[in-house]
Formats: sequence, C-alpha cells, structure tokens
Amino acid sequence: MPVYLDHAATTPVFPHVAAAMAEQATRVGNASSLHTAGRAARRIVEESRERLAAAIGARPSEVVFTSGGTESDNLAISGVLRARRDADPRRTRLLVSAIEHHAVLDCVEALEAREGVQVTWLPCDAEGVVHPEVLARELAADPESVALVSVMWANNEVGTVQDVAALAAMAHEHGIPMHTDAVQAVGHLPVDVAASGVDLLTLGGHKVGGPVGTGALVVKRDVAVVPLVYGGGQERQIRSGTLDTVGILGLSLAVEYAVAQRERETARLVGLRDALLKGALDLDLGIRVGGRWTPGDALGRLAGNAHLIVPGCEGDSLLYLLDAAGIECSTGSACQAGVPQPSHVLLAMGLTEREARGALRATLGHTSTAADVEAFLAALPAAVDRARRAAGATLGSG
Amino acid sequence: MRVVAAMSGGVDSAVSAARMVEAGHEVVGVHLALSQQASVLRESARGCCTLEDSADARRVADRLGIPFYVWDLAERFRVEVVEDFVAEYAQGRTPNPCLRCNERIKFHALLDKALALGFDAVATGHYARIVTRGDTGARELHRAVDAAKDQSYVLGVLDQDQLARAFFPLGDSTKTQVRAEAAERGFAVAKKPDSHDICFIADGDTRGWLTRRLGAQPGVILDEEGDVVGEHGGAYAFTVGQRKGLHLPRPAADGRPRYVREVDVERNVVVVAPADLLGVRRIDGEHVRWCGEAPSGPTRLGAQVRAHGAELPGTAYPRLSADGRCALEVVLDEPLRGVAPGQSVVLYDGTRVVGSATIRATHPD
Repeated sequence: MPVYLDHAATTPVFPHVAAAMAEQATRVGNASSLHTAGRAARRIVEESRERLAAAIGARPSEVVFTSGGTESDNLAISGVLRARRDADPRRTRLLVSAIEHHAVLDCVEALEAREGVQVTWLPCDAEGVVHPEVLARELAADPESVALVSVMWANNEVGTVQDVAALAAMAHEHGIPMHTDAVQAVGHLPVDVAASGVDLLTLGGHKVGGPVGTGALVVKRDVAVVPLVYGGGQERQIRSGTLDTVGILGLSLAVEYAVAQRERETARLVGLRDALLKGALDLDLGIRVGGRWTPGDALGRLAGNAHLIVPGCEGDSLLYLLDAAGIECSTGSACQAGVPQPSHVLLAMGLTEREARGALRATLGHTSTAADVEAFLAALPAAVDRARRAAGATLGSG
Repeated sequence: MRVVAAMSGGVDSAVSAARMVEAGHEVVGVHLALSQQASVLRESARGCCTLEDSADARRVADRLGIPFYVWDLAERFRVEVVEDFVAEYAQGRTPNPCLRCNERIKFHALLDKALALGFDAVATGHYARIVTRGDTGARELHRAVDAAKDQSYVLGVLDQDQLARAFFPLGDSTKTQVRAEAAERGFAVAKKPDSHDICFIADGDTRGWLTRRLGAQPGVILDEEGDVVGEHGGAYAFTVGQRKGLHLPRPAADGRPRYVREVDVERNVVVVAPADLLGVRRIDGEHVRWCGEAPSGPTRLGAQVRAHGAELPGTAYPRLSADGRCALEVVLDEPLRGVAPGQSVVLYDGTRVVGSATIRATHPD
C-alpha cells in the first residue's frame, strides 16, 4: 500500500459517512417535492443543515449548500461584489490576500479583467501571515470603494492560520463584509462562525472526510448575494438546483464527526507533523520549513501540514521519485497541464522562484500513522539526492 | 531496464511505449510540456503540446498501466530550439528545429533528467533503427524499414552516448502496421492525424510567424544581373531554392522560373536566378556530429540535405577548421539545387547514418 501524505488535496471519506450515504442513495425523493418522499428527503437536508450549523457555530438559516469550495468562493466574491455594487456604484474594490487558493484568486482576476473591478492584494509576511494592520491601512485609504474583504482562514500550501476575527473586526469598523475561505480550517481548527465575526465562510466536504462535490457557503442573514446559478430558487434563492440529499447528508456527518474528534485528532497529528518536520531538518540536507512552525502548536499552523523547501530541487522531480518509492505527496502549488507552477503563496512570502520550485508538501490526515512519517523520512534522502542531480539537467546548468 | 517513454499524445509514441512495456522494461510515460502557453484543444495537424495531446498520452498510459507524468521543458525548448530558430533565420539561414530538438531536448535535457532520476534510457516513437554491433557493442543508427516515414535524418545529430541510451521501437514497422497495432490495443489515438511541420508554428505560416518575431523589413529582390525585379518584407524569411511566395511582378525575359539563389540579410536583399545557377557541388559543414567512429579520411557516402529529400552520392572530407574544431566538406557527384545554409547534411553509408553537419556555406563547383 502506498503511503498517502496528501490529505490537504483530499482525504478518505469516513467509513460511517460512506455507509450513511450509500443507504440514502437508494431512497427516492426530491427535497423540493411536496409529497411524502419529498418531505422525507427535505427532512434529511434540513437535519443536515442543522447538524452542520451546530458544528461550526452558525445558524441553520445561514447555510447555503453548494457543489464545493470553489463554487462557494466564487459565489461569495462575485455575489457580494455584485450586490454591493448594485446598491452603491462606488463599491467596486476587493481587498484580497495574495495567498488565496485559486478558487478565490482566479475569480477575483476574472472580475478584474471582465468587470473592471479594482483589486488590492493584501501582502503577507515571510511566514504567510496577513497582518490586520495591513488590512486596516488599506481599508482606511478609501473605505467607500470597498465591496468585500476576503482572507482565507488557513492556507492550503503552508498551513499558516490567520487571525480571522481580528481581520473581520477591521472590516466591520468600516461596515464592510468579510469572507473567509475555511476549506482547510473546518474540522481542523476551532471554527466558530458567530465568534469569528465573518459574514461569509466557505467550506468543502472532501477535505474533512466527506464526499467530493459537496460544500457550503455560510452567509449571514443580512448579507445580500447575487446568485451565480438561477433556477428553482432553492437555498434562499441564492443557489438554485435540486438539493443533493446524499451529498448534503455526507457533508454534514463528516463535518460533525471531524469537529467532534478535532481536539484529540489534532493533538495526534501535531505529533506526527512535528516528527516529520524535525526528521526532515535532521537529515542535514539544507531543508527548510515553509510557513510558521512552533513544535506542539496546532493553532498557528494546521496540525496536518508539513511544508518543506528543498534547495536545488524541482518539486516535481521529488514528487515523482517519492511516488516511485510509494510515497504520495504534493508540491502544494497548482498545476497547469500537469506541471506544478512556482507557488504564488511562496513568492508572496518572499521566496525566489528558484526556491519556490523546491517546495514539497506532505499533509497528514485521519488515516496517517507514525509508520507513514517514518517511510517518508526513509525515502526522502535518496529522492533529494537524485532530484538535485536532475535539476542540473532541466535548469540547463548540467 | 527502467525506461522513460516520451509520449506526445500521438499514435507513434503510444505504440512505442506499448512495445517497451511488452518487452519487459519498467516504463514510465512522460509527456513533455514544450509550449509556454499551451492551448486547450488541438486546432490543426501541427503542434503537439496542447492539453488535449497531454490528455491523450495520459489515457494511453492508463491503458498500459504505467505511471505518467508531464515534465516541463518549455523554457529549455524556448531558449535552445525556438530562439535558435529565430536567430538562424535572422542570419539568413534555414534551420531544421527538429534536429535541434532531438539533439538538445529529447536526447539531452530529457535524457539527462531521466538518467539523473534513475532511468536507463529514453524511448521515442521515431521511425529509425538502432543496431548493436556484435563485435564492438557499438550502436549504429539506421534508416527505418518504412522509407516514407524514415526519420533517421532528424536523428543524425545523435552521438554514440545518446544512441546507447535510446530506443526506437518502431524502426522495423510501417506506419500502417503501427496504426493497426494501436487500434488492436484499443488506443483512442489510433486514427489521430499525423503531426506535420514545425510544432511551435501552429498555423504553418513560417514567414508570418517570423515577421511577427523579427518585424517587417521591406527590401528588394534582385536578379543575377543585379537588377531590381521585385520587393519583399524581410530577406530573413526566404530560403535558398524557394520559388513560391516571391510574388515577382513580371516573368523573366526568357520566361524561365526563378528561384532564390542567395539571402543577404546584411544588405536585406534576396537574389533570384534560374534553376541552372542554383546548383551546388560543394558543401562546407560545421557543428559536425558523428554517430559513431569518425571517418579518418575522405569517404564515399550518401548525403541528404532535407528531411524527405533524396540521398545523393558524394565524398565526405573530414577536416579541422581554423579554430581547431571538427569541420566537414562534402563534394557531391552531381550538382544539387536548393541547398540552404543552416540546413543539415546527414551522411549515410547504405542504411547507416554516419553523422551530420550544419551547412555553413555552399559552392557551385
């Protein structure tokens, strides 16, 4: 069996979630139908909504089910921008962190290119932290022009966790709503929507042991959102389309379970993560840790995230060599045509393009064990050695 | 052996990879990303680096049950092949980027990376044969059995070290057989059209592409007497031996067709002449590459100057150039028309490729 260390990409569905979904999958019923079968399906959906809301400190009426994190991010940003701009034509600016996932990044860039939206990219420090003072300064410059602030709760590449509550408070000082992409955070960090103060929060199913193709956008009741998809008017008329009863059930059960297990599970994962990072540094290969890391800390950095910068290597060579050795991990950055691109997150953190090409991300999850970490550390030296030789070939210095 | 199968997404490299798997090698499929901005879908028979091609290659690898990766060599390709192509044309020469790509990318950048990562060799879907000599173990490069598909010309730049690390599993097959085999194996690419021409000039309009890169440089076309007979948009875009695309306003006095005889980028002048003034007997070559042992003295060999041109008998004279490098002079038995500096002359002994050189200059006698 290969060692799977890419839980931030997707993590196995919890067995009890898969079983519940399989059982529900054979039942008929459109949750919008008025007859008995329809009401039964609707009951599953609404119970799931209440279960999910309770797990993350939200109200059931704030939960809008979607097809996943990407849709939720697009809906939040496009939807709030358009609604706010309709209400006040001056509000055409977005304040967005430079280290967002492509679901936010590319949506914002498309709005910039196609709708003339202005974008202010919020920088981060060398550890990937977006400082509230930076947001405060940008907000104060011209608050009347701002439609929305969006900063992710926890970064998918380097695992850095933001002070979302402080950022939201800054935005609220100017009466501006705050969105956060919490796809990597829910189930892994103490996420309480009400306490955080955020107005919109994105979450997805398959990063927490639920099914791919499920997610939600939490939308506070006083936030207007122009839909991306029109149709039957489901989900507060924000997101039309027949409700995916099976997926919604799976999503809610997975989030509920992940949240219930969170403290015990993150304590376990932090131990594995620290062993991996310490072990990698002890190899004396010049490896550095990407992002913010304090051993034992599960709040400033995602418990399951181990991000390594391996100088003189190309991440895709490392990825291939580890894959061939039965270890599945990632460079952490987005691929274009199957080729990892230098990470915009690492570049924003001040790394050079060459350094950024040496990124390797191992992410741990609910099936990870100490043996996985040992196997990774055992395979790493030979992979680094070979990848460094290969780098000469591709970069043309050999 | 552990082998990288270079997989373009076409039918040839698919069957090549399949045969390597069948031969018992440990094969990993690798698609080379060579374009800086790959298109999503194929638009023509040219080009080979769209995402669709990559996906086609991936599906073949799936069927073969082999791992598949995309390796990004776009920057190396840009610097070593595309920019070289532009620089050569800018100097009034006519390069063949396929030879360059084989020498610098497929059997250099790709091969080096593969070797560094622990592979032993690279296999491609080229139509050519490698024969290992029983006595010395040396590798010989030979023409493919399918004369119409033979690609030994574009491989004439490979040296002994490169040949020792290369597999061409299609050299003994015809294209028809390869397509039939692809269909039998259930490859979706079995009927995919062949790619043609220069992969990075997707619409096939080399002159238009060069004009966008080098800018319009209007000038005149002269005849062999030095009289102005036409105009052009940039001498660099012309090739010795070219007849089409001259757009001469009047036919020659004697009514005979006229061809490009000389491209002078210094003066930005194109000189045309009737066919009988274009004959070349003597070729000076530089950047000489021997596939195996270099000939020690004058040798009777066949010479080919274009990918699908005829092979002509002649004598090759290996020499040392003034700067001490290996140079080559080829004297053809009969004059050949349309030999352009920058093209490669590939030398054959029977079906065996002896070596190649880039044509530096040509002489009529």
